[in-house]
Amino acid sequence: MAEQKKIKNLKEFSKSVDRFEGSNLLCPGCAHSIIVREVLNATNDDLVLSAATGCLEVSTAVYPYTSWDASWIHIGFENATTAVAGAEAMYKALKRKGRLLQPDRPPKFVAFAGDGATYDIGFQWLSGTFERGHDVMHVTLDNEVYANTGGQSSSSTPIGSSTTTAPAGRVSYGEKRVKKDMMSIMAAHGAPYVAQVAPNKWKDMIKKIQHGFAVEGPVYINAMSACTTEWRFDVADTIAVSDLATDSLVFPLYEIIDGETWNITYRPKNVIPVRDYLAAQGRFKHLFKPENEYLIDEWQQRIDKEWVRLQRMEENSPR
Amino acid sequence: MEKRGWDDFDPGVILFSFEKDKKVTDIATTEPENRPYSQSNSFSSDQASGWRVEKPIFKQDLCIDCQFCWIYCPDMSIISRDKKMVGVDYDHCKGCGICVEVCPTNPKSLLMFVEAKEEAEALAEWPEKKKEEK
Ligand code: SF4
Ligand code: SF4
Repeated sequence: MAEQKKIKNLKEFSKSVDRFEGSNLLCPGCAHSIIVREVLNATNDDLVLSAATGCLEVSTAVYPYTSWDASWIHIGFENATTAVAGAEAMYKALKRKGRLLQPDRPPKFVAFAGDGATYDIGFQWLSGTFERGHDVMHVTLDNEVYANTGGQSSSSTPIGSSTTTAPAGRVSYGEKRVKKDMMSIMAAHGAPYVAQVAPNKWKDMIKKIQHGFAVEGPVYINAMSACTTEWRFDVADTIAVSDLATDSLVFPLYEIIDGETWNITYRPKNVIPVRDYLAAQGRFKHLFKPENEYLIDEWQQRIDKEWVRLQRMEENSPR
Repeated sequence: MEKRGWDDFDPGVILFSFEKDKKVTDIATTEPENRPYSQSNSFSSDQASGWRVEKPIFKQDLCIDCQFCWIYCPDMSIISRDKKMVGVDYDHCKGCGICVEVCPTNPKSLLMFVEAKEEAEALAEWPEKKKEEK
C-alpha cells in the first residue's frame, strides 16, 4: 500500500494544489465542487476519474473547456462506475503482463455520480461493479434531486420535498416517499468500506476518503451535497445549511466496514431540531402551513428512530 | 480560443488540460503558476467571473490564516501559499459569499462589496469590531 498523504490540520491541508479547476459552470455556492476538492486533495497519487451525466459532468466539460487536471471520462448517465471499473480492470491486466509504463505509481480510480445516477439510473451498474469487487471508489454527490434537468424527484428525494414531478400545492405536500437507504444497500454488498460524509465536516471526510483509498476493493461514499438551486437557500449559506443537516442528524455521519461493523463518526454536542433544518430551505416551505405541520413531527420521529437504529447497529457490531 | 462548429469535430472529443509538448509529471504538487495550462483548460478562462454581482475583498491584517475560506470556496478562488491566505482569484471567483460567511474573525477579514468597488475604498470603510451580544 502506498503512503497516504499526511493531513494533520487545515493549515497543512491548505498546501494541497487543486486538480479541479475554476471557471467551471457549476452554480455559485455549489457543494459538489467542495466535495470534489476534498476528495481529490486527500491524495497526491495519480487519478483516473469518471463522472456520470449530471450537474458535475455538464458543468465541468463544456466544450471547449475541461476543468479536470487528471484523466477523466464521461460516457453515459448510468455507467460512471463501470467506466472507471473498466479502466481498473485494464490496469490490472497490464500489470500482470508487465506492461505498465509507470509501475511505481498506481493511480486511484474514482467515479462521481449524482443521486439520480446512483440511486436510480446507474444502480444495477453500481451493484455489478461492487459484486465483481473492482478496486474503485464511487462517490455519490447526493443533492436528493435531478438538479441538472430541472428538479425532478429521484429515489433519494426525501418525503415532503417539493419537486417539479412532485410539486407541493393545494392537493399535495410534495414527494410522498421517504429517501432510499443506499448506505445499507451498499453495505449489504459486503463492500470493504461504505461511508456517509458531508463537506462541512472536512476532517471526517478526509479520514474516510483516505480509509477508502487504503482498502482493496469497491468503496461507496455517500456525500451530502447541499444544492442552493433546488433546496432553495441563499448561495452564501451552503456550509450553514450543511451544518444544520449534520447537527440535526438528518445526515448522520457514519461508516460501515466489511458490511458488518458500524461506526458513528460524528455526534453533535447540541442536536438541533429537524424543524430548523427544514425551515432553512424553500423546498420544505409548505410544510410550515398548519395543515402540513404534522409532517414536521413525523420527520422528527423518523430521524430520532433512525439515530436509535444506527446506535443499535454500532453496539451490535463485531469488534 | 478560435470558435469552431459542431461539424469540425470528431465524435468523442479529447480535451488536453496541459500543453501537449510540455511534460507534467507531478501535477498534484505543482502550483498553478508553474503548470503549463492549455487553452482548453477552464483555468485559462474567466467565463464565470462575469456572473458576480458582488465580490469578496480581503483585509490581510485581520486574517488569522485559519483556511476556512480556502477549504469551503467552491471555486478554487482563495489563494493560499505555505499555510497563508494570500488573496482572492477574481478570474475564477463567482461571488457566492461562502468565504465571507465562514470567516471567523471579528470584524471579518473578507467582506462582500459591489463588483465595481475599489479595493482601497473598501479597506478604508471596513467596519469596526462588533461587541459580543449579551
Ligand atoms: S465569493 Fe465564493 S467563489 Fe468567490 S472566493 Fe469567496 S467562496 Fe470562493
Ligand atoms: S476564513 Fe478569514 S481568517 Fe480564515 S484564512 Fe480566510 S480570510 Fe483569513
